[in-house]
Amino acid sequence: MDLFLQQIINGLTTGSIYCLVALGLTLVYGVMHLPNFAHGSLYMMGAFITLTLIKSSGLNYWLAMLASAVALAAIGIAAERLVFHPLRNAPHANNLIAAVGLLLFLEGLAHVIWGPEFWQLPTPYDRVVQFLGLTITQQRLFIVAATLVLLAGLYLFLKKTLVGASIEAMSQDRKGASLVGIKVSRVSMLTFAIATGLAAVAASLAGPINLVYPSMGHIVILKAFVIIVLGGMGSLPGAVLGGYILGLAESMGATYISMAYKDLIAFAILVLILSLRPTGLLSGGVK
Amino acid sequence: MALFTRKNCPALALVILSLILPLVITNKYFMHVIIMGYIWAIAVYGLNIILGYTGQTALGHAGFMGIGAYTAGLLNLKLGLSFWPAMVLACLFTAFLGWLAGIVSLRTRGHYFSIFTLCVGVIIHVVITRWDDLTGGMNGLIGISGPPPAGPVSFDSLQAQYYLVLFFLLATIFVAGRVVNSLVGRTLTAIKTSEELTEVLGINTMKNKIFAFVLATFFAGLAGALYAGYIKFLGPQMCSVSMTFDMLLYLFVGGNGTIAGPLIGSLVLSTITESLQVVQEYRTVIFGPILIVLIIFFPRGLYGGYEILRDRIRRRLPAREAPEGAKEEVC
Repeated sequence: MDLFLQQIINGLTTGSIYCLVALGLTLVYGVMHLPNFAHGSLYMMGAFITLTLIKSSGLNYWLAMLASAVALAAIGIAAERLVFHPLRNAPHANNLIAAVGLLLFLEGLAHVIWGPEFWQLPTPYDRVVQFLGLTITQQRLFIVAATLVLLAGLYLFLKKTLVGASIEAMSQDRKGASLVGIKVSRVSMLTFAIATGLAAVAASLAGPINLVYPSMGHIVILKAFVIIVLGGMGSLPGAVLGGYILGLAESMGATYISMAYKDLIAFAILVLILSLRPTGLLSGGVK
Repeated sequence: MALFTRKNCPALALVILSLILPLVITNKYFMHVIIMGYIWAIAVYGLNIILGYTGQTALGHAGFMGIGAYTAGLLNLKLGLSFWPAMVLACLFTAFLGWLAGIVSLRTRGHYFSIFTLCVGVIIHVVITRWDDLTGGMNGLIGISGPPPAGPVSFDSLQAQYYLVLFFLLATIFVAGRVVNSLVGRTLTAIKTSEELTEVLGINTMKNKIFAFVLATFFAGLAGALYAGYIKFLGPQMCSVSMTFDMLLYLFVGGNGTIAGPLIGSLVLSTITESLQVVQEYRTVIFGPILIVLIIFFPRGLYGGYEILRDRIRRRLPAREAPEGAKEEVC
């Protein structure tokens, strides 16, 4: 029973990280119809920027995370302007290839700047707490709590503010949104900034329990894709739900089925579901 | 069957050039780079058929190349089969798995298909990495034997291996060219342009897409088997997702949906990478932006750019002559 509860906590921790990454991915997909393969490398950049700020200027963990989120939002806006904006009317394969180009560039850049080494992100929350007979590191609790706060904040932003509503309007109907006077370019930039900022926070949260290295985004981005396909591409509740489900499924699978093939669970679920329902689990259909 | 028509001239010249290349190049390392470029090109021709001509962005290609390579290597090491039957079986097995993957993945469309095939590629990579008993896991397979002599011809020397790979490359280009210019090829292009419209015409798009996918994986398997027989060592790194991205790079730099593109891209990029130290160090930092710039300004790559330029010059030449001729008539 203890093992089971422990795995639930672990599942919620990884699920939280998946949630934040998948949310950014699905936001960008909803607004721009772009499967952003570079999202994982933006996540990686976020972790490295936080790490550098803490190591070199001795910045506080919180401030470093915030600065990294701002920096990544700026990088996200630049990427939208320079790479994806010129391709907004191109065939859908082209912006996917451009995203791969961005991924190669960012990863190469990380190799050049930080080298191929593995780093651990220092955290002020490295103590262990006893809770209902379980031993949990503070960082894990912090990840779960921070994600819940961010989710609530994002929800309020999208539902209660005019700017947030314009993002939702764009993802529901692009043409209709521009007809009522919503600036497509501005919303695209904003969406990118939010998505990459979330990725930076997710990476800074995960940095202390996972490691930081140039290809750290690979597996995370692939799983985020699995999540948003399952939850319906462009659906925010789908991304949140899918993130936690996948996190739990993985930690359970790793304990009770096979540790070595843990990473396969996500992809096996995806292949199975897309074989049975080619348009995804929760979506109506694709064109 | 007019072989020496004007249209075939550039192609024939290139074939002759490729045949005398080993006589000119004495540098062994450079020969190796070109052989590897050819092997990648064979795989990229496969990708070109499904992506370039049919418009289906399949992202599991390196996985299928890995299946070809590991099948050939395992048949050789575990069952003692010689290179030739192992190669044939590897191609067929890869195409069979391609068919299986095709019938499920091709029911999805657009981005769903890309993500699906990407996941298929990742699954193949993870299984090859983790199945220690069969594939040797991270240590890989060591000591695969190369092709045994066929009659009086032995394949021990680098030159002989060059010709062997060149033979299969030319065969691949020939088959790809034949398919692309056939009715099937036109159907594939129609699917790329609009799948719904093609379906409305009464064409079974699923059947044609599966054909393209199987052919694509067949070439990937062939490239994998040749890789196994040439390098004689296999590690899981060769079928990782980054390799699929490399192939995308070759295809889009050379020319997506053109018959010469895969060869140009593979050769140009691999020789540039290997010959310039700076490029080797900052490989992806340089190639990533190049890919983005090409996709924005020249979506059909170097060869597509060349075609546009050639057509523009051709159009301008008669246009300049015509008014002069018209004047003379008036006079």
